[in-house]
Amino acid sequence: MYQVGNLVKELSDKHGRLRESLMPILQEIVQKHNYLTDEAMVEVARELDISAAEVYGTASFYTFLDTQVKGKYVIRVCKTITCSMKGKSDIIQTLEEMLKIKVGETTADKQFSLIETNCIGWCHKAPAILINEMPYTELTPEKVSEIIKDYMQK
Amino acid sequence: MINLLINDQKVSVQAGTTVLAAAKKLKINIPTLCNHDDLCVAGNCRVCVVEQKGARTLIASCATPASEGMEIHTNTLKVRNARKHIVELLLSEHRADCTKCYKNQNCELQTLANEFAFGDHIFLDLVENKKYNIDRSSPSFIKDDSKCIRCQRCVRTCSELQYISAIAVANKGAHQKISSFHDRPMSHVVCTNCGQCVNRCPTGALVEKTYIDQVWDAIYDPDKHVVVQTAPAVRVALGEDLGYDPGERVTGKMVNALRQLGFNSVLDTDFSADLTIMEEGTELLVRLKKALVDGDKKISLPMFTSCSPGWIKFIEHKYPEFLPNLSTCKSPQQMFGALAKTFYAKKRNIDPSKIVSVSIMPCTAKKFEADRPEMRSSGFKDVDYVLTTRELAVMIKQAGLDFRNLEEAKCDSIMGDSTGAAVIFGATGGVMEAALRTAYEIVTGREVPFGNLNITPVRGMDGVKEATIKIEGCVDDWKFLEGAELKVAIAHGLVNANKIMKKVREGKAPYHFVEIMACPGGCIGGGGQPIPTNMQIREKRMKAIYAEDEHMVLRKSHENPDVIAIYKEFLDKPNSHKSHELLHTHYVERDNY
Repeated sequence: MYQVGNLVKELSDKHGRLRESLMPILQEIVQKHNYLTDEAMVEVARELDISAAEVYGTASFYTFLDTQVKGKYVIRVCKTITCSMKGKSDIIQTLEEMLKIKVGETTADKQFSLIETNCIGWCHKAPAILINEMPYTELTPEKVSEIIKDYMQK
Repeated sequence: MINLLINDQKVSVQAGTTVLAAAKKLKINIPTLCNHDDLCVAGNCRVCVVEQKGARTLIASCATPASEGMEIHTNTLKVRNARKHIVELLLSEHRADCTKCYKNQNCELQTLANEFAFGDHIFLDLVENKKYNIDRSSPSFIKDDSKCIRCQRCVRTCSELQYISAIAVANKGAHQKISSFHDRPMSHVVCTNCGQCVNRCPTGALVEKTYIDQVWDAIYDPDKHVVVQTAPAVRVALGEDLGYDPGERVTGKMVNALRQLGFNSVLDTDFSADLTIMEEGTELLVRLKKALVDGDKKISLPMFTSCSPGWIKFIEHKYPEFLPNLSTCKSPQQMFGALAKTFYAKKRNIDPSKIVSVSIMPCTAKKFEADRPEMRSSGFKDVDYVLTTRELAVMIKQAGLDFRNLEEAKCDSIMGDSTGAAVIFGATGGVMEAALRTAYEIVTGREVPFGNLNITPVRGMDGVKEATIKIEGCVDDWKFLEGAELKVAIAHGLVNANKIMKKVREGKAPYHFVEIMACPGGCIGGGGQPIPTNMQIREKRMKAIYAEDEHMVLRKSHENPDVIAIYKEFLDKPNSHKSHELLHTHYVERDNY
């Protein structure tokens, strides 16, 4: 759980305090912290003078605006048809074994979260995953385990 | 004017009129679920689809403006099939336990299902596979997501009418739901319990929390002495749930019905409304004196009325820095409650622990108010159960009373007397008018300078009303007010309350006294009133309230004989020590989410 501090105020100064400022503000908080805390959403509501339920409603609409605690690295495995046919299940199995968590969970040290995502547009290089904003494609279990080992060193 | 054809009939409407409204003009009924006269167009439910000649797809008549030369058909095979499928799809996600549902026979979805006479399911029933939340945390209402069809009337109500947005649409697709902030229980968010959403919900997804059975239990218990009070707005609306047209007054029959139901004593919130005027009017005058004569900087002006528990919770959440501006007076319901188990008990020689105090209110927030920990000044819970107008109608039906043929009756004495000033509490501007009728007379010794006591500038449906009363010819005690202009403002509906509060926060509000009611139209449009409630119906109920006032012999609070008696025998004088103990309260700051 992070403390939001002055971030929301700074972002509101940057993006404005109109209703349409909501999305860029939420996106930038998530860029920095990977997910939105209740505190952050309440703070955004206060700055923009809208209701906190409305902020939550907007955030919950978008899969990439998480409102649950997420690790430092969010691994999103594409679950759509091409990646499924090209071996998504093996990738997930490897990830689950390496990280000792199931899909939807976060490691105890809050380093990794593992979730499934809808199509991320890499069908031609399936199967694909995203780690935060970085795509990794044409994966095999071996390749994915090298990638994760690298992240574990970071 | 725009000319169009609906089902081959010509109709002319003003630009901007929807196809739905144009059809209504021709008395052609198009079913709707998400549409509501009080709310903006949404086009969510699609039940109102019609066929437009030349259009590729069906159009939602609630969201399509009529245009010149349009040809609309409302009952083609295509329309019928589409509507049928839409209703079926809504039902496939709706927990249709109709016979056990609180809204049975009073549900717009059920009515539509009935019209389409579905013999069997066309679509899979998805209810069993979904996880639903039923939120019973609020003492005022229940939010049952398994009944929700996501028409979003509640969301629009909460934002457009009440400026709260305690609920919003969350998630998407199959997971879409109406949610508070991060799914918190409704008792722990900014919700004011006003019940406007409950009044507009087309299904049983939002219903008042009912206490009918507890009240019956008390009535049947020979050890209990059950007293009942009814709010002024109930008597001009109860009839609607019992087959009367909106705006018919049923005061006398209601009193008789309550007696027939078995209440031991039928009393009147009007009594404590008059008492409120004495307490609140005095409080205002004292504040003015302290501020204007003594130059006391700690006195908070403008003073806000405190009768509406929805408004109280609103200011506690949204503008806590102005809590000192609230009158410390309890609402009439709670003044009554505190006196029922003290003054009344003593006078009737009844053990207060044996008294069950019930109130019939046009309001769901009153259920919350009665539960507040501050509302126990008698040493007991001052008001045990609060029923809405709708719940009283249910009790009358359960008891099998032939309401229409009941004799008119009068309330019992001791806390049963009423004046016209108390009756108008039920309409926006009413508390202000009642307060002015009394305060002006205290200060000048003369009646308010308005024809037949009707202070028309504070009446009507404008969201924010302002008036200035010049005070002239003061009696000796109030000479310092000579020539002063008393500035007042009135707002109803929290969206309008917010407009005033913004001005107050910016220091641009010149008022001395402000009346605020949480619900549109005041209590006559309360969340506990018969369904439907809309502008037309509110206006009829309001007219009935003022007619009731005109018919009263006594029309000023300070002339209420029961009020005069209680000061003489029990309370001493307004704002006395005893009054403060029993009739005044304090407020708490709450979170803004």
